[in-house]
Amino acid sequence: MMDFVGHKRWFFLISWILVIIGIASLIISQVQLGTPLRLGTDFAGGTSMTLQFSPAVEQSQLREEMSKLGYGAATIQSAGEGSFIIHTQEITSDDAEELAENLAAALNSQVEIADYYLASATVGAATARSAVVAVIVASVAMLFYIVWAFRRMPKSFRWGSCAVIALVHDVFITVGVFSLLGLLIGLEIDALFITGLLTIVGYSINNIVVVFDRIRENKARGLSSDFALTVNSSIVETLGRCLNTSLTTLFVILALFLFGGATIHHFVLVLLVGIIIGTYDSIFVAGPLLVVWERGEWSSLLPWAKRPA
Amino acid sequence: MLFGFALWSVVPLDRNVFGREGLRLGLDLAGGSYLVYQGNLSDVEPSNRDEIMDGVKGVVERRINALGITEPIVEVQKHEGEYNIVIQLPGIANIEKAKEMVGLFTILEFREQDAAGNWTPATGTVNNETLTLTSRYFKENTDIAVDQFGKPLLVFEWDETGAQLSKQITTRLLEKQLAIYLGDEPLRGEDGHIIAPVVKAVIEDKGQIEGLSLADATELKDLLNAGRIEVPLGRWVNGEFESSMPLYERTVDATLGADSIRKSIMAAVIGIVLLLVFMLAYYRLPGVVACLSLGIYGTVLLAIFKLVPITLSLPGLAGFIVSLGMAVDANVLIFERTKEELRGGRSLAAAVEAGFSRAWTAIRDSNITTFIACIVLFWLGGTMGAFMVRGFALILFIGVALSMFTAITVTRTFLRLIIGSHVITNPAAYGVASFPAARNMK
Repeated sequence: MMDFVGHKRWFFLISWILVIIGIASLIISQVQLGTPLRLGTDFAGGTSMTLQFSPAVEQSQLREEMSKLGYGAATIQSAGEGSFIIHTQEITSDDAEELAENLAAALNSQVEIADYYLASATVGAATARSAVVAVIVASVAMLFYIVWAFRRMPKSFRWGSCAVIALVHDVFITVGVFSLLGLLIGLEIDALFITGLLTIVGYSINNIVVVFDRIRENKARGLSSDFALTVNSSIVETLGRCLNTSLTTLFVILALFLFGGATIHHFVLVLLVGIIIGTYDSIFVAGPLLVVWERGEWSSLLPWAKRPA
Repeated sequence: MLFGFALWSVVPLDRNVFGREGLRLGLDLAGGSYLVYQGNLSDVEPSNRDEIMDGVKGVVERRINALGITEPIVEVQKHEGEYNIVIQLPGIANIEKAKEMVGLFTILEFREQDAAGNWTPATGTVNNETLTLTSRYFKENTDIAVDQFGKPLLVFEWDETGAQLSKQITTRLLEKQLAIYLGDEPLRGEDGHIIAPVVKAVIEDKGQIEGLSLADATELKDLLNAGRIEVPLGRWVNGEFESSMPLYERTVDATLGADSIRKSIMAAVIGIVLLLVFMLAYYRLPGVVACLSLGIYGTVLLAIFKLVPITLSLPGLAGFIVSLGMAVDANVLIFERTKEELRGGRSLAAAVEAGFSRAWTAIRDSNITTFIACIVLFWLGGTMGAFMVRGFALILFIGVALSMFTAITVTRTFLRLIIGSHVITNPAAYGVASFPAARNMK
């Protein structure tokens, strides 16, 4: 039988590495950009629009013309087939039309504004605030629910806490990945990022609960007096289910990611990253965490600390 | 079991009657504009703001309808003491014109007919100034009363200036009509006729309008009350009010929307095919059952979208596709459990029953957490302009709820039927090497 609990130090180490990379990226981003994540129009305010050129033009040409027209600070992102997503400071739809006409003349190509989007900075700040509140409220609600669902177990608060720690771990790593992507490829987060994050919260807890449910059942049946063994066999027993469910969900999400179009591309990426990490965590982290707490082996959480003799 | 059959027979009908044609599409898929403005209510008493904003909403609706835009949606959202007007305009024609109109203020004007039959502003002279009679001069107590025959009456009072203007105008216009204009458009009743009451008496400080339907009277009351005070629409920036600038604007071209639909459908088809192939290869016969169950799930979900109806946005479509992936989860839980029970030495029928009953707690507990996430998302979506978030949360919620239902009713019914019929008894079909008889001998 595979021994997940026995190798928990290694899994905790992997998690720590991911979390530390995330923290580093958030700090670097804070220093370089002034925000831990690169904020899109939803949070920072401004205008973003999708310009469709026919015939298609090169991104470098577009950038050059944008600079000439006084939009040098705009970010330009290719969305394939001659269309570009442009993010600038706030411009009205009239100004946007004018910009499109000027670009059409300069680049000798027909331009269509396929998607025009303006959000004032005040809305952005409010959105960012409620997003943070939402993630906290969701986590607390999950904690209460799990404490309630496992109320028959001794120390049900412990089960809830472990699930929420695992959950925060998933959210944190996902946020870290997006902070890193913001630094590396200029990826911006929008309101859909938060939507994706909260979906991950639900999905990840879903997986953890399935594992915990099995531990609860096996413990009640009294298969083994050793809690570590009970947890390990529960993880092994639910392994097939966890992997299969994640795989089936990943199939559809991967299809959406590859073929689903530019508007929801980043949103689907959040789900993709989150589901992979959520699956990892429900198998390798959540259960072992329960064992650590049960046995008081706190030192194993810090894999670099010396093993107790 | 019967219910499963009923569902099975009803659903293929659903597919024909409520095809994709009839689904309500969001602005990001169908094309259109989504605008959010703040109302500048600094001149309005806090206790009157709800009512005034209702009136403003009525004014905005009328202006947009006058442009011939079909089925606009105008809503008032109250958020942290701020009032937002949310306007959704399907199609992209006349957006600029619509925005211009929305920026105008909300005062209503009274007009009389000149000799040529044209409606011109009804004016009077107060303190040597020529003034037009407008809704600005109403007192705030315009209300609906009922006469002795049970017919609604709109009763109103003028302020000092209004009373002087009204006296001059109604004296001049006795037995003639007085119409009420919003911009260049006359107010019309439900049946489309212009609301232009005939002046029956000289009105000084108090008057009433008879002959309105209750709905017309109610709307007119809101409009007149809102029209007392200018409520410019725009947005606040650092304590300064910018008129006519939206807080939030999103305009999507219909071509882009059509492209998004095409891509999403392609992604969904590819994803679902992969999923079905996996389920068939891994779970064999139960996999077939899961696929059938999933088919029913998808059809019923579409039928719900159509019937409620639920507006499908792009993230909503993604939510639908994600929920398909998650819908498999309940089936997987049950099948894995059934396999375990088979290996543990139960008969086929007993293993299926045990699989269902044991998997239930896991299915229930795990899906409730997704519900919590959806509820938080739905609440979050209400606090910001991003209408997309709500669509996703709503669809995921319905999808997960329905998936629980189909897994424990439809899948179960099919599996029972197949086992009960004794048609397929090969253990390989259920994904285990052999039935447990051999093991029981040890």
